[in-house]
Amino acid sequence: MSTTHVVDGIDETLTPQQSRPPLSVVYEWLTTVDHKKIGLMYIGLALIFLVVGGVEAVLMRIQLAIPNNHFVSPQAFNQLFTMHGTTMIFFVAMPVLFGWGNYLVPLMIGARDMAFPRLNAFSFWVSAFAGVLLYFSYVGASGLYAAGSAPDVGWFAYAPLTAKVFSPGHSTDYWTLAVFLSGIGSIGTALNIVTTIICMRCKGMKMSRMPLLVWLYLVMSGLVFVTISPLTAAQIMLTMDRYLGAHFFDTQAGGSAVLWMHFFWIFGHPEVYVLILPSFAFINEIVPVFSRKAIFGYPAMVAASVGIGFISLSVWAHHMFTVGMGAAANTFFVFATMVISVPTGIKIFNWLATIWGGKVIFATPMLFCIGFLFQFLIAGLTGIMLGSAPFDWQLGNSYFVVAHFHYVIVGGILFALFAAFYYWYPKVTGRMMSETLGKWHFWLFVIGFHLTFDFMHIPGLLGMPRRIYTYEAGRGWEGWNMIVGIGTIFQTAGLLCFVFNLVWSYFKGKEAGHDPWDAWTLEWSTTSPPPDYNFASLPAVNSRRPLWDLKHPEDPDSDYE
Amino acid sequence: MLVLGVTLVIFLVVAGLLLYALIRYRNRPEDSDREPAQIYGSNQIELSWTVIPILIVVMLFLSTTRVILGTQAIPKPDSAMNVTVIGHQFWWEYRYPQLGVVTANELHIPVSDPAHPTPTYLTMSSADVSHSFWVPRLAGKTDVIPNKINTMWIDPQQSGLYLGQCAQYCGTQHAKMLLRVYAQTPADFAAWVNQQRHPAVQDFSGNPIAAEGQMVFLHNACINCHTVAGTTATGIFGPDLTHLASRDTIASGAIQNTPENLKQWIDDPNSMKPGSLMPAMHLNQRDLNAITAYLSQLR
Repeated sequence: MSTTHVVDGIDETLTPQQSRPPLSVVYEWLTTVDHKKIGLMYIGLALIFLVVGGVEAVLMRIQLAIPNNHFVSPQAFNQLFTMHGTTMIFFVAMPVLFGWGNYLVPLMIGARDMAFPRLNAFSFWVSAFAGVLLYFSYVGASGLYAAGSAPDVGWFAYAPLTAKVFSPGHSTDYWTLAVFLSGIGSIGTALNIVTTIICMRCKGMKMSRMPLLVWLYLVMSGLVFVTISPLTAAQIMLTMDRYLGAHFFDTQAGGSAVLWMHFFWIFGHPEVYVLILPSFAFINEIVPVFSRKAIFGYPAMVAASVGIGFISLSVWAHHMFTVGMGAAANTFFVFATMVISVPTGIKIFNWLATIWGGKVIFATPMLFCIGFLFQFLIAGLTGIMLGSAPFDWQLGNSYFVVAHFHYVIVGGILFALFAAFYYWYPKVTGRMMSETLGKWHFWLFVIGFHLTFDFMHIPGLLGMPRRIYTYEAGRGWEGWNMIVGIGTIFQTAGLLCFVFNLVWSYFKGKEAGHDPWDAWTLEWSTTSPPPDYNFASLPAVNSRRPLWDLKHPEDPDSDYE
Repeated sequence: MLVLGVTLVIFLVVAGLLLYALIRYRNRPEDSDREPAQIYGSNQIELSWTVIPILIVVMLFLSTTRVILGTQAIPKPDSAMNVTVIGHQFWWEYRYPQLGVVTANELHIPVSDPAHPTPTYLTMSSADVSHSFWVPRLAGKTDVIPNKINTMWIDPQQSGLYLGQCAQYCGTQHAKMLLRVYAQTPADFAAWVNQQRHPAVQDFSGNPIAAEGQMVFLHNACINCHTVAGTTATGIFGPDLTHLASRDTIASGAIQNTPENLKQWIDDPNSMKPGSLMPAMHLNQRDLNAITAYLSQLR
């Protein structure tokens, strides 16, 4: 790698390193409005809930590994899959992506902080409270008449199962309030990210020069406005149904169960893109650096991202091919769903072209990116299959669907996130993560992922519906479920390597320096970790890769844009 | 199948290219330190991988549309048989309006002969929460939604038992809301209909224990939820028991219909299917035996 270091004139004496009493450190974190600290707290919150949601998943796989198992009761199983889904989407995926956005966006556009630092802190604490509230239901929700405690209505909580008559007690209320509050937090942070990107870019950073990560966070945050709002509204309507005698979803009094489905999925499908767009963002930054080439087709990548953002708003009812919408509506949503594969395909081809002709360095971040590329390709293709309505009539709500969306969320989003952790950890802590442990993590997780989610497609094809707590032997499902269960052992081992690596490297990792990957975006021009004010003097840029221009003054990017 | 084939080809081509690029362009130790040539994009190439996918999408869309229209928009033949399907937590109610038959959990239909098709048209709704009717080898699933009427048709060409189950999470016992469809030859089906149309014999003068069971049944809360045609039991909250003994299973396909299982079920349904909405009736052993004997006679 090049040894050129481009360091902004940071005065090291301004960042005192002497130790302070622990209480003062705690106070500082609790009251901080610094985008980096809030970002890290978002990430920490997500990691805690990742462990919780992961344990729930393992318990479910133990229950399903053999037919007629009595490891957990039916009611406990129903609570497990409800909590697993709700936790992983609202309290793992959203916070961790907002966390990295918080951390990286201001650094990448050369700003000192987010546009609204106190709104930022508010959004984080509301989201954290929502997560705690959801889990407090295990203690507090039994109510006067309820048999169970934690929510057991499924993560999409179809009406009218959530009505007071079918869900007495308060478990559903805890779910509703937690989703509602997490929605408030998400909208606050999205608002902050959009404002920051539009108003806080440094000198010379035109929209057309922003790193692709920043573009993708802009599209993602815009989507959050449009998609979280109906979900949040629906939670209020549901609460009115349950306590104020409204009948929006109360089918016994003329309400509509299908209305809830529309409210939920107009959130639920764009939500997939809310989660996958930041993952694309990480891939867009990491693949070029480890291929040693500029991203191929920047304008097309921006156009594809914006295109995905718009098209994703018109595909939601492909979750509803089986509710009897009629041939015309089904045909429309088939078309919209298939069209979205075009911009997605452009992205995959452009990443391929970025690698083509480069010098690929197989460091851990790049390994996870490669895993992402193959797995996301498969996930996209099974998505096209399910987007074909007749295929969905058979396989909707079966384990084929479960395998498909875990391919997207684990094989795609989580792999991209691991890449991001290994790539930006040196910037956050000033130390490298261990490559040896990183490779152990990668290979264990790849093996576990494929054992679990490749083989999960098969019981779906054999007619196994999702959300069943047990099944009879003799339907041909038992062996496959055992393999799926074994995969979780490898995934857990991989995850342990990762967590251990995070802790170990913080104390013992190799010193990283400012720019360990010889990268090209602004965050690598400041110290690791960056000071509170990010940059001693605000940078000015002339191209999409300001650090490339500094390192290669004879051949700057600005000549080609 | 076309969709499957096309997506498989796309996977092989793209994954192959990706693998080739990763191996061909890996960083080799003998390489110089120079950065590779920076290429920022190419309009022609990018146009090609926009237009080709659009063509593939249009092709897949047209073939899908043909199947959708062929399934959802074809006229119903006059020879079709109608069945009303009502989903309950956690069992299925079937009504045959043309034949005057009401039954539960085990759907009997005639096999269809391509020369004289007798498809079965299902008109579906739910009494409580959303369910979904899915028998994979007969057809795709259709949701069974309260306050909404959906329709679908099935047209089996081979006689036999087809298994399926509820495919929309509907509460505690979603897992044991099973579906059994018996496709029968026209003669067998006619015989079954003939038997179901008439109430089971209620004269138990030669069978004192069943006669006692009948009295216990009719004088307990059983009749608030269950119907036995020809008696004062006219409840509609639970499954119709008029011909209970003619069924292979109880508890919506979850349990074999044997006298021992039936007795345990009546004693405490939640011990066999936790979350079932049928309460334990707290009967003494004598009444339990009597009711079991009575119900076992309802052929």
